[in-house]
Amino acid sequence: MRVLLQTSVDIPSIDWGGLSPLLIMAGAPLIFLTLWSLLGDRLPRRTPSLVTALVGVATIVAAAIQWGRLDGDLPQGFSTVAGAYGVDGFSMLLTCLIAVAVTLTALFAHDYLEREAIYSAEFFVLLMLSASGGMVMAGANDLIVLFLGVEVLSIAVYILAASHARRVESQEAGLKYFVLGAFASAFLLYGIALMYGATGSTNLAHIRDAIGGLEDRGLAFGAMALLLVGLGFKVAAVPFHAWTPDVYHGSPSPVVSFMASAVKVGGFAGLLRVFNVSLGGLADDWTPMLFVLACLSMVLGAVVGIVQDNVKRMLAYSSISHAGFILVGAEAATSDGMSAALYYLTAYTFIAIGSFAVISVVSGQGDARTSIRDFDGLAKRKPVLALGFTILLLAQAGVPFTTGFLGKFFVIGAAIETKAYLLAVVAMLSAVVGAFLYLRIVLAMYANDGDDRPAIDVPFTAAFTIAVTVLFTVFFGVFADPLVDLVRDALPVIAAG
Amino acid sequence: MMPVVLAADVGFPLLPALVALPIIGALLIAIVPSVRPDAAKAIAILTSMATAALGVWLLWQFETTSAADFQFPSEQSWIESAGISWLAGVDGISLWLVVLTVLLFPLAIIAVDPGHDEKPYFAWLLVLEAGCLGVFVALDLFMFFVFFEIVLVPMYFLIAGWGHGNAKYAAMKFFLYTMFGSALMLVGMLSLVFLHRSASGGDLTFSLIEIAEAQSLSTNAARWIFATFALAFAVKVPIWPLHTWLPDAHTEAPTAGSVILAGVMLKLGTYGFLRFGLYLFPEASTWAAPFFLTLGVIGIIYGAIVATMQKDLKRLVAYSSVAHLGFIVLGTFAMNTEGITGALLQMVNHGISTGALFLLVGWLYERRHTRMISELGGLQKSAPVFAAFFTVVMLSSIGLPGLNGFVGEFLILTGTFVAHRWWAVAATTGVILAALYLLWAYQRVFHGPAEGENAEMEDLRVKEIAVLVPFVAAIVFMGIFPKPVIERMEPAVDALVAHIEFHVDDFDEPVTQNRGGSGWADAEDGHSKDGENDHGDSDDHGDSDDPEDDSHAGEEVDH
Repeated sequence: MRVLLQTSVDIPSIDWGGLSPLLIMAGAPLIFLTLWSLLGDRLPRRTPSLVTALVGVATIVAAAIQWGRLDGDLPQGFSTVAGAYGVDGFSMLLTCLIAVAVTLTALFAHDYLEREAIYSAEFFVLLMLSASGGMVMAGANDLIVLFLGVEVLSIAVYILAASHARRVESQEAGLKYFVLGAFASAFLLYGIALMYGATGSTNLAHIRDAIGGLEDRGLAFGAMALLLVGLGFKVAAVPFHAWTPDVYHGSPSPVVSFMASAVKVGGFAGLLRVFNVSLGGLADDWTPMLFVLACLSMVLGAVVGIVQDNVKRMLAYSSISHAGFILVGAEAATSDGMSAALYYLTAYTFIAIGSFAVISVVSGQGDARTSIRDFDGLAKRKPVLALGFTILLLAQAGVPFTTGFLGKFFVIGAAIETKAYLLAVVAMLSAVVGAFLYLRIVLAMYANDGDDRPAIDVPFTAAFTIAVTVLFTVFFGVFADPLVDLVRDALPVIAAG
Repeated sequence: MMPVVLAADVGFPLLPALVALPIIGALLIAIVPSVRPDAAKAIAILTSMATAALGVWLLWQFETTSAADFQFPSEQSWIESAGISWLAGVDGISLWLVVLTVLLFPLAIIAVDPGHDEKPYFAWLLVLEAGCLGVFVALDLFMFFVFFEIVLVPMYFLIAGWGHGNAKYAAMKFFLYTMFGSALMLVGMLSLVFLHRSASGGDLTFSLIEIAEAQSLSTNAARWIFATFALAFAVKVPIWPLHTWLPDAHTEAPTAGSVILAGVMLKLGTYGFLRFGLYLFPEASTWAAPFFLTLGVIGIIYGAIVATMQKDLKRLVAYSSVAHLGFIVLGTFAMNTEGITGALLQMVNHGISTGALFLLVGWLYERRHTRMISELGGLQKSAPVFAAFFTVVMLSSIGLPGLNGFVGEFLILTGTFVAHRWWAVAATTGVILAALYLLWAYQRVFHGPAEGENAEMEDLRVKEIAVLVPFVAAIVFMGIFPKPVIERMEPAVDALVAHIEFHVDDFDEPVTQNRGGSGWADAEDGHSKDGENDHGDSDDHGDSDDPEDDSHAGEEVDH
């Protein structure tokens, strides 16, 4: 007995406080599932939705408290659990974003599920589990932990995508997402293995220290390329985007809302932390790759988006284009570029949630009325809803006094600061092409006649979600300072354990 | 050379109030119940009138002697970490555009009713007013850009929602075309501030004055960046060949939209050229001047010829804008006090006369439900007052001496003649052509026998006359006694020209001795001090010939 204890591994010190947001989001669904199976019959049907929303809020509070600690007695960032999980402004900001996505999606998802008659508490459990995976990615300080996060995030979303069991499109979306996602995971894992081979570690801090002194970088390049494929798939960057339109089109609208926000945040969390920080020493080698990915994503997302006739597909392509813009910030490989990318990600998270909430309302029973014709005359039928959607669309187009404009402004500023003029020009031109896409929808709502369309029922929860996202988009678009300072405070720090 | 400075603060935040007031009005309209369209209109009139009162007060308080400085300054940090602030001020260049804007909006709001969906219509108009004012008072590049861009949104909705005919197409074309223009300006602007930072070693700043006075960029970089700015302004003005959005947007827009588009929004581009072209990039502007002069002349002649061919009266007025704006571009790039003063004056004149023309055409359409010249005729008999007002406004647009249009065009041509003689000669034909297309159109619409509905057309109502009276008063006043207007512009224009001379090594302002706007009558001993324009006695010919050309042309066609 005594001998056994002596030879056992050291138990790493764990900073429970730093993990608290993650523990809330990961623990709550497990506890809730247990309780619901026992008491579910006796509780109101709306309970799962409200509990999920509350868990999201609790996570935000916990993350804010941890972030506050960083300014006080602790260094800017530290890692815990033997250097596996990083607690810094970066992970806390992205944790908050994912929690916002959970809260807002859960709120309006309830009415959606009731309308579609696919109500089940599991939907919300999966939502929280998936979010916890995203939060693991946000703080992952080790490639293996990152992979775990990706898998937890993705597997739950595969199921959610297919959760509208009576719609063939939903089934197809789930399967497609699963097959392609598994493929991408394999790339990611292979990249991790190669990186381990090249540097002797999967810990990001060790990789950062080792990468500068490598004599033969061939293996590290291979690893880098494979990691980019895996993460590029998650953020839906061209040419790893092929799944996006079909999956966004087929999946239930609240799930798309979650995918466009939380899943993207998770993907970018991994990408930014691995490339901009850990592999910062190889920036000269990976910036050209990101340059190409960014250009392709922005241009293809915008150009192919404008020929679509389905609003969900249009916004799917626009989300590809937005991923390209965020990559422009990442491509700069500077701290300004990092904050620009984070700003854009924050802005887009809210815009995406709001936009897909509008679609989930307009799509009506069966979640099928998502053609652009179905938005005809929306301004007459639901003026406030149309105005909200218009603001979200114009924000995506980059119209001033919205966070969407400032996001574009900052990423292009970051590109220009590093003298990437070509990238900046491509970005602005694709923004103009993209504007056509959004204006088509706006025009359908305002200038077309839609008297014969079925009535639209806007549940309070959806109205609330849309209102929150619209107000956020406009308020911080005008009074920009607080949000700008927040993201500048959220730079990733990689600390060895 | 005295650097341009911010004048002392006057205490009351006049310029923020000027921009905020219409926004408040728009928000008020948004919360009015939509069953009360009259309330929405009342709020719109009241807030635009209040804004106009503020604008007039600003004019009253404006110090003529220090018109070169930015007066009524207001500064407030906006995005601190990026060096962006709300920085506003008015000098002799922006003063009259602000005044034009605040006066034109209430008139446009009173003049025409949208017919349906009053609430959003008036709210959008007020948002548009705030946006335009924001552009004219902005002294921060970022602030300028956001206001320059935001005006697209209300105008887009006005055209799409209340326009005629192919309004959807026109709105989309307008938005995308102008957004394309300014897309590259954003890239240029960011390049400018980052290059300025690395050259000056200070913090990031978007302050126009700081960057313009420092002139820290290399010649090559400045030229590239000027090109991006110039593209944005050229689309907005619009300069030939980037004008193709204009006829569609002007023709399909609702009447008030056309008035504002022509009266105010086109000036965003020409004003941009002065403030963010010549002032910010003096060397690059000098370098590009022949290019823009040429495009200006092409615009004048092309616009006039195409206007002559139009069958639709509103489209004719739209194309006449292309020609008029060609004159403004010409004056701007003449790069001397006469030319720039004339260009500024012509911006105001064009706002007044073309604004009034669009109103008249709009009312004509309301009465006759057609704008086709061929379907109109003899309206003089059924609507004599209408015809009388149309005549005055039209003659102003033609540039008849004694009316405002003449003063501006004359100064522009004088300035251009001294600087670039043959461009001025070519441009003068535009004056004749203007008389041709407008008088010919007038003849077809108002003269001849009146048949059918033309014979029973209702004359102007009292409200419409009341709206037109200020326009006509301005037309006559500025034609007879332009001095109060010009003397408030001139110090700022002089400072701008001095700024260009100071920063561009081999540039001297091409001048005649009769400097300034009020003295065109005594041009006898005018001569040029500039070497390459040393054609002393020809100047006299130019100065005395132009008005004759112009008045002859007017008379001949009239008879």
